Amino acid sequence: MPDSSAIDHGAVTTAGDAHAEHPSYQRHHFETVEQQADASAFAMWLFLLTEVMFFGGLFTAYLIYRNWYYPAFVSASHQLNVVWGTLNTVVLILSSFTMAMGVWCAETRRRRGLVLCLTLTMTLGLVFLGIKTVEYKEKIEKHHVPGQHYSLQSFLDPAHDEAALAAGDKPLALDMARHTEIYFSLYFAMTGMHALHMIIGIGILAFMIFRARAGAYTGGHVTFVENFGFYWHFVDLVWIYLFALLYLISRHQ
Amino acid sequence: MSHISPTIWQFLVKWMTNFALFPPEASKIAPQMDALYFFIALVSLIGLTIVILLVVSFSILYSKERHPNAVQIEGSTLLEATWTIIPLGLFLVMFVWGALIYFRVYTPPANAMNIYVVGKQWMWKAEHEGGQHEINSLHVPTGRAVQLTMISQDVFHSFSIPAFRVKREAIPGRYTTVWFEATLPGTYHLFCTQYCGTNHSQMIGDVVVLSPEDFKQWLASSTSGASLAQDGERLFASLSCAACHNTRPDARGPSLANVYGAKLTLTSGQAITADDAYLREAILNPSQHITQGYAPIMPTYQGQVSEEGVIALVEYIKHLDSDYRVQQTTTTTDLLPEGGGKATPAGPAPAAAGKVNP
Amino acid sequence: MSATIISLPDQSTARIPKMNYLTKENGLLSWLLTGDHKRIAILYLISITFFFFIGGALAGLIRLELLTPQSDLMATDTYNKVFTMHGVIMIFLFLVPSVPATLGNFFIPMMLGAKDLALPRINLLSWYLYVLGGILVIYTMVSGGVDTGWTFTTPLSTHYVNTNVLSTGMAVFIAGFSSIFTGLNFIVTIHKMRAPGMTWFRMPLFVWAHYAASILMVLGTPVLAIAVVLLALERTIGIGVFDPVKGGDPLLFQHLFWFYSHPAVYIMILPGMGVISEVISTFSRKRVFGYTAVAFSSVAIAVFGFFVWAHHMFIMGISNYAVLVFSLLTMLVAVPSAIKIFNWTFTLYKGSITFETPMLYAFGFMGLFTIGGMTGVFLGTSGTDIHLTETYFIVAHFHFVMVGGMLMAFLAGIHFWWPKMTGRMYPEKISQMAAVVTFIGFNLTFFPQFILGTLGMPRRYAAYPPEFQILNVFSTAGATILGVGYLLPVLYLVWSLKYGEIAGDNPWQATGLEWQTQSPPLTENFTELPIMDHEAYDYEWLENQKTKEVASAG
Repeated sequence: MPDSSAIDHGAVTTAGDAHAEHPSYQRHHFETVEQQADASAFAMWLFLLTEVMFFGGLFTAYLIYRNWYYPAFVSASHQLNVVWGTLNTVVLILSSFTMAMGVWCAETRRRRGLVLCLTLTMTLGLVFLGIKTVEYKEKIEKHHVPGQHYSLQSFLDPAHDEAALAAGDKPLALDMARHTEIYFSLYFAMTGMHALHMIIGIGILAFMIFRARAGAYTGGHVTFVENFGFYWHFVDLVWIYLFALLYLISRHQ
Repeated sequence: MSHISPTIWQFLVKWMTNFALFPPEASKIAPQMDALYFFIALVSLIGLTIVILLVVSFSILYSKERHPNAVQIEGSTLLEATWTIIPLGLFLVMFVWGALIYFRVYTPPANAMNIYVVGKQWMWKAEHEGGQHEINSLHVPTGRAVQLTMISQDVFHSFSIPAFRVKREAIPGRYTTVWFEATLPGTYHLFCTQYCGTNHSQMIGDVVVLSPEDFKQWLASSTSGASLAQDGERLFASLSCAACHNTRPDARGPSLANVYGAKLTLTSGQAITADDAYLREAILNPSQHITQGYAPIMPTYQGQVSEEGVIALVEYIKHLDSDYRVQQTTTTTDLLPEGGGKATPAGPAPAAAGKVNP
Repeated sequence: MSATIISLPDQSTARIPKMNYLTKENGLLSWLLTGDHKRIAILYLISITFFFFIGGALAGLIRLELLTPQSDLMATDTYNKVFTMHGVIMIFLFLVPSVPATLGNFFIPMMLGAKDLALPRINLLSWYLYVLGGILVIYTMVSGGVDTGWTFTTPLSTHYVNTNVLSTGMAVFIAGFSSIFTGLNFIVTIHKMRAPGMTWFRMPLFVWAHYAASILMVLGTPVLAIAVVLLALERTIGIGVFDPVKGGDPLLFQHLFWFYSHPAVYIMILPGMGVISEVISTFSRKRVFGYTAVAFSSVAIAVFGFFVWAHHMFIMGISNYAVLVFSLLTMLVAVPSAIKIFNWTFTLYKGSITFETPMLYAFGFMGLFTIGGMTGVFLGTSGTDIHLTETYFIVAHFHFVMVGGMLMAFLAGIHFWWPKMTGRMYPEKISQMAAVVTFIGFNLTFFPQFILGTLGMPRRYAAYPPEFQILNVFSTAGATILGVGYLLPVLYLVWSLKYGEIAGDNPWQATGLEWQTQSPPLTENFTELPIMDHEAYDYEWLENQKTKEVASAG
């Protein structure tokens, strides 16, 4: 019985047989490695666009409420430690640098360099999370976590609160003080989402270090490292926006 | 009003109403909205007829038996332009017409009679200025503009009177308003149309439209004695508002006589009109609504007064045209021990020893 | 009705090709770990059909309850859960993935001349996320349901119900990512994997429609995700972003929710419109009239669709000026849909028309979508929206566009591409009858609801005033007929898998690269890379192919 797939269907004219030699990492549905790399980079950019829309909702909410409850947001933002925040920013920017170095190492086939850079990136990421833990712990202790145990004390009586005193805050009226809870809701939602993305990134970095040691990314197939680089830089960029909006705005009245 | 013959209009609406296909028209805006509705219906019908006629006739004329060889046609810019511009033009007419009606429905006239409506799971409470309270019903007169100022105590509800063609959401946290002028005495449906939980479909009632004389009678027979403003005055005194809001030279707050409807400048420099929404906010979230020239010391009454209480206070302030009676209550409060009443005494918010639970 | 373009191979000698995507590998794991877009499409087809019938059963319960004015069939709380679950399942687990995840997954690579989608493993992940979302919904149902309405209005959903809001929210969140990954895959494939010669304007309109829908999926769904996250946080730890007592604003949730949920309706309808383009072209033997206009109108719907969300909030207390802006934009977004209807109508002009089942569904679509679309104009017009919103008019409107429109388009597509996916034909007479039964049942079910809405009957009511009963009884009667109309295809399509006639490569004599290969297709779709050297819907090229084949055989 003739196999119908052997019949020339007219439209399916040959374009030359390109299958013969293709790298082992080229998937079968792509015609060339370039097409594969191109497609996956494009896909990563698109995915990052969805992330922008995701964080965008939070940023919009933040900007609206900041506009409505300005004094509350100013006082609440003074509760954040700018030193820790700046340190975190430096740490992340450094990690973006090490990540970029890692991509270069992959492209220039430096296996040990790549492993080093990825390890440094992951370490810096962990440092970031460590600092965030310290900050969150402080928030929990001062009852600034929204919900049942939220306390308005620091805002009604700034004279007895270190951070508020240092910033020279005036006491807020009760109704305005209540709105500080919204600030912290958004603070935790935004930095929490960001931290979640960091944790996922660190997980992937661990996986990548393991594979990099085996030479998976220094044999010409750099797409995974490059695309992860995009992701990591994006997470860094989101942090810079968060740092500016949450920590820095209205720091000095 | 519609420009087609009144006879045809009456026939159309009455016939459809009698066949339970169309709600009765019982307000001034109803026929205006219906005119637009019929216009859109007509355009839709014509559009649909055109499409159906074309599809059916093409299917017959160009069926495979009749027309075995298809003629490839790329398109026609002229046709594309036609069926883009004509629908767009018609839609824009509807947009403008609809916008006019929309603005009309949500812009109450200045002389409208105000009725407060509080929605809660799962009932409607209507409060007339004279103190008449209704649950799941609303009595209104014909020939008079009636404004509803609404708020919800819990979740989103929506106050709907199909016979008047009006509907408005009642949401927690801010007042919403709608107005109408009833034209036809009778009893009509009142529905809650925003899903609000278990008994959403039980949150229904009657709107009773009475002639002006009958309405006056109803008012007289259903009053509980005190008007809303009187309730408000009682609340004003018991919360010791007069401790700051009086006419003494050292008064810590502005006098509230004639403040309703006045233009005020706030401490932020913003210029506002003191309407219902402002008054409510000033009671519940004062720090952002302080009049310029006064210290931001007014405490919030969130949690101390219900929405009905706020409504009573707002009504009271609305009708306050002199501070005479306020002076009287001030004098009396002065005689009471310090801190008489539920409100905290004037001055900066005290530093509480422990956690302050909001 | 006697003429037909069906052209089947000689049944006495025809066989399903031994080597095809279904026979390539065997065993459960080969299906559960597949990267083949066609197998994933079949996995999706089975799962969405499963959820469709659960949603349909819930619809049946709703209509049964509404036979009588009292809330007597089930407790009011139960009714509230039934309509909520009906909405959640039908929208997120059926309509959103219906055409894209089944027909889109199966045919976009083939239509473009590619061997698979750009990201096969993401495609499989997308299906697993869908299944996970579905499992969470089933969990919700068996552990007491949720009764907030599929719109999760706050503060009802955050502070006033004790039902499974969180698990439903999680299900929606996860299913949302399934949708995002599908859309992402399509966009990358369409940009990067078109065969040589396949320019943008040579792609089938089916692909254009999916491209537009994918943009919406990718950009809109994340906003729903964040709305659900904030909802969950508010419900669990009381963060207060939507709580007026804490200074939050419940209208913020409405904006975030509808920012996705309006584009969502275009995500649902655009792929269906793509199907209609293919079907009308094939069964009138003509290139779609105004190809460029139809392609651009798809993109226009996607773009404009992002700017109209607040027309769901006209009476909620947003400013009158905001209402002006959104009403105007809503009028603008209505125009491209009208353009498409006219273009499809004129595709029939001077065509050579036959009335096989897919074409019957397409005609049904055109009539019902026109009605549904025009009733949308009633609602986009702010003045009339005041009276009609939150009533059964809305229910009728969206069922006309979603069921009369989208579901009919889905069935048209399933019937059109069934021979290609399975190699089998279904019995034509029964399928035509089912299409007619569905059309009649649909109109009887939903047309009375326009009248009910105009009369003022609110939606989501378990009990209603007695004067609304007659129309409700008509509606329920229609629903029974509609149910039969939907059950029949399942029966005869499954039957056809074993007993249907062998379809051959191109039973409808359609253009399109997918029809130039065997049925069912090979796993790699094509033995050699296709070159696109002709325009889309080129029936003359098709004729030439046939004469070439006859010449070479002879």
